[in-house]
Amino acid sequence: MPVHLTINDKPVQAHEGQTVLEAACAHGIVIPTLCYHKDLSPVGSCRLCIVEVDKLRGQVAACNLPVAEGLVVHTETPALVQSRRTVLSLLLQNYTDAGYTSHDGHTTEFEHWVRYYEARLPDGTSPAPRYPLDGDPNPFIWVDLNKCILCTRCVRACEEVQGRFVWGVGERGSYTRIIAGADTAMLEARCESCGACAAYCPTGALDHKLSIRQGEADRKVTTTCTYCGVGCQFDLNVKNGKVIRVTSNPNAPVNGMHLCVKGRYGYDFIHHPDRLTGPRVRRYLLEEGEKVLHGPAWDWVETDWNTALDITARKLAATRDHYGGSSIGVLTSAKCLNEENYLMNKLARQVLGTHNIDHCARL
Amino acid sequence: MVGLTTSFGSGAMSNSMDDVAEKAAAFFVIGSNTTEQHPVFGSRLRQAVLRRGAKLVVADPRRIDLADFAKPAYGGLYLRHRPGTDIVLLIGLMHIILHNGWEDKNFIAGRTEGYEEFAATIEHYPPEKASEITGVPLEQLYQAAEILALNKPMAVIWAMGITQHIVGVRNVMSLANLQMLLGNMGMEGGGVNPLRGQNNVQGACDMGGLPNVYPGYQNVTSEETRLKFEAAWGVSLPDKVGLTLTEMIPACEDGRVRALYILGEDPVMSDPNTSHIRHCLERCEFLVLQEIFPSETSAYADILLPGVSFAEKTGTFTSTERRIQMCRKAIEPLGETRPDWQITTEIAKRIIALGERDMRPAPHSGWDYNDTSDIMSEISAVTPSYAGVSHARLEAGERLQWPVKGPDHPGTPVLHVGQFTRGKGKFAPIDHIPPAELPDDEFPVLLSTGRVLYHWHGGQMTRRAKGLMGVYGRALVEVNPEDAARWNAKDGTHLRVTSRRGSIEVEAWVTDRVPPGMVFANFHFPETSANILTHASLDPVAKIPEYKIVAVRVEAV
Repeated sequence: MPVHLTINDKPVQAHEGQTVLEAACAHGIVIPTLCYHKDLSPVGSCRLCIVEVDKLRGQVAACNLPVAEGLVVHTETPALVQSRRTVLSLLLQNYTDAGYTSHDGHTTEFEHWVRYYEARLPDGTSPAPRYPLDGDPNPFIWVDLNKCILCTRCVRACEEVQGRFVWGVGERGSYTRIIAGADTAMLEARCESCGACAAYCPTGALDHKLSIRQGEADRKVTTTCTYCGVGCQFDLNVKNGKVIRVTSNPNAPVNGMHLCVKGRYGYDFIHHPDRLTGPRVRRYLLEEGEKVLHGPAWDWVETDWNTALDITARKLAATRDHYGGSSIGVLTSAKCLNEENYLMNKLARQVLGTHNIDHCARL
Repeated sequence: MVGLTTSFGSGAMSNSMDDVAEKAAAFFVIGSNTTEQHPVFGSRLRQAVLRRGAKLVVADPRRIDLADFAKPAYGGLYLRHRPGTDIVLLIGLMHIILHNGWEDKNFIAGRTEGYEEFAATIEHYPPEKASEITGVPLEQLYQAAEILALNKPMAVIWAMGITQHIVGVRNVMSLANLQMLLGNMGMEGGGVNPLRGQNNVQGACDMGGLPNVYPGYQNVTSEETRLKFEAAWGVSLPDKVGLTLTEMIPACEDGRVRALYILGEDPVMSDPNTSHIRHCLERCEFLVLQEIFPSETSAYADILLPGVSFAEKTGTFTSTERRIQMCRKAIEPLGETRPDWQITTEIAKRIIALGERDMRPAPHSGWDYNDTSDIMSEISAVTPSYAGVSHARLEAGERLQWPVKGPDHPGTPVLHVGQFTRGKGKFAPIDHIPPAELPDDEFPVLLSTGRVLYHWHGGQMTRRAKGLMGVYGRALVEVNPEDAARWNAKDGTHLRVTSRRGSIEVEAWVTDRVPPGMVFANFHFPETSANILTHASLDPVAKIPEYKIVAVRVEAV
């Protein structure tokens, strides 16, 4: 059933069961949020998405307000701006930023709204940090509770996306903080290091440890993961020709914001010093000697592409011509592109004349 | 794949992960450690149980993480059957389904064949006998059958736990039988859903990276197909099936195979019986290896050609749900490395230039490609299921799952709707065969092998990822507490695990994930690789090794 309402003097059509926040979002009307995320169940705790509704007293949270026929909503009145500035100023009183992400070019949602509403602390006050930086030994998740505003998006992400229930809220009053398990290290609380909590965190209290202090990416390239067959997509963040972090891409068809530990954090092999960077051939091939699997003749010699490719072609062709195509085996790769696998199939069949081609599907 | 092709005419996952996760009323996960091996899909299964009450039945000799979500409190059930008894378990369940009249009679009558012959064989394993052989309590068999039959649609999900057996094909066909019996095919939320391991194993199969088929599963033994590719490529082609990987490397031993061109694979780590593989590779006269790292296999290579990682090239991957997606270049190839398609192209051109093989001009005889988009054009010309796939469509944001039958065809999220690829679905009578190497007096413990969450296959990538090594930096063997007490082992105790092929020394992880009498090891680390222990007993049709059942002896070091 369509429901008609008015938001900021604009007629808006929504459907039953939607919230005012969802209806506004669908029509490109921005209502500021912190504890809300479209993938997670709403809790209505941060009070940033407050709106005014004609004939309703006070300011109500749009994330918990169902649409209704004839509703007249205002999202950005002077009173709302003032309230939001107050909400953000209160959050700032328990927020300290040690500055280590100031060069990463990324503005968190919290920083964005603080600037937008010009929220600041009362003159002459400056809160002291209360928690250690990097407060958990997990090798992937950076924990800095000095930046936590207790929005609980991490708690809900762990429950509702990963299904692991690592994070919870502990202690009382001004000591309230998020804790892993029964206040243990994350891994002891059965964390699987998927990084969902960090991906959904709006302040950087939880962040990607491998990427801290790596600076600002020149560009982001959306691609498909190299590990399992699920086909998750994400953005490789590149700086000076180096992958410095992986970030979720909400438009990924299969996984949305979600990734696993290998997809999100298993990328540093790309730049590992062990990478082969030039062709190598065994010395006996350059000296056209006999093949022996030891001694100097079996040493690797770095060579140029032409030499390596010529020897490869000559040897494969000679084997084919002497013993027939069936004396050659081709193993293609489940890690390589479709286009590359097609070429390996074409090389085996068309060029070498053999159906001896396979890959690791069975292993 | 062979199993599903026989039953339905297509070997791929029938449904999409999204419709399975969102629409199945029940899941049957058998032989898939989904939350560790396909983690993002695994987490969606957990959410389906927690948030919308989908019922989960897990059957696995190991009490995997997902077993926590398959409990009566959630309307589900965990079955711990003995390794190698999958067929008996499935027949036992189908026996109960039939005797309760829970089968989908309309579906069976309208869309299948071979039912009568199949139904007769079900009588070989009444529930009591199935319970005795599988070790699953009788009442659990009845409960599981009820959950699976009365919640529709029900999706079956499996992986290597089903296929890596000498009866891998039979296991798969038994699951196909179950889904036809319950009429769960050709609908959202149902289907047969084998999860493919590697990111592009589906694509490598689709592209003819198999000894029996050209791209798009066109048989090499079909004369019509052979003539088609001879016309496309301008050469004469053989009409006999080639060797599989598990045959090819052993064929180096007696000289039937003399040269190998290996792209991005590490047989020493990933193939069964490592020491025999090493021996065979030593005998190979000429081995070209195209890789990104020196691997265990590179010790035997005559030439190493440096390819690139997924971050350094552009093209497509095909996921387990037949979804074709772009892989995009983010950084330039490191050093002197080159994208793999360029290397293969160069080798092909140089071999062709040497002459000696009759080639005539043909529409796709050449090797002049400007980029991978050109290659995809050729793929779509010769591969009916990719006929409508192009980089342009993908870059325009279209979401394509094959078959994509033409440039305007939207792709196919669910297979076998209304009709199976082969016409009627084929029920196959399946009998149980015990595993090739069961424990005995000398090797009294059953070893099963697989991967862990934090590592990938032979480990060439993940052993070079700092954080992953931080969490899981050495191999562990899973040992039941009862056995651990017998072997005087605690967490971290060094155990020697010995099979008829070899021996490894590895640290114990004492856990009830494995039942007494069974240990589980991985093959991520060269010195402690489980494949030093495994044997090359193969499924006679699929030629897949029986990695899941190996007889070993265990002792504290």
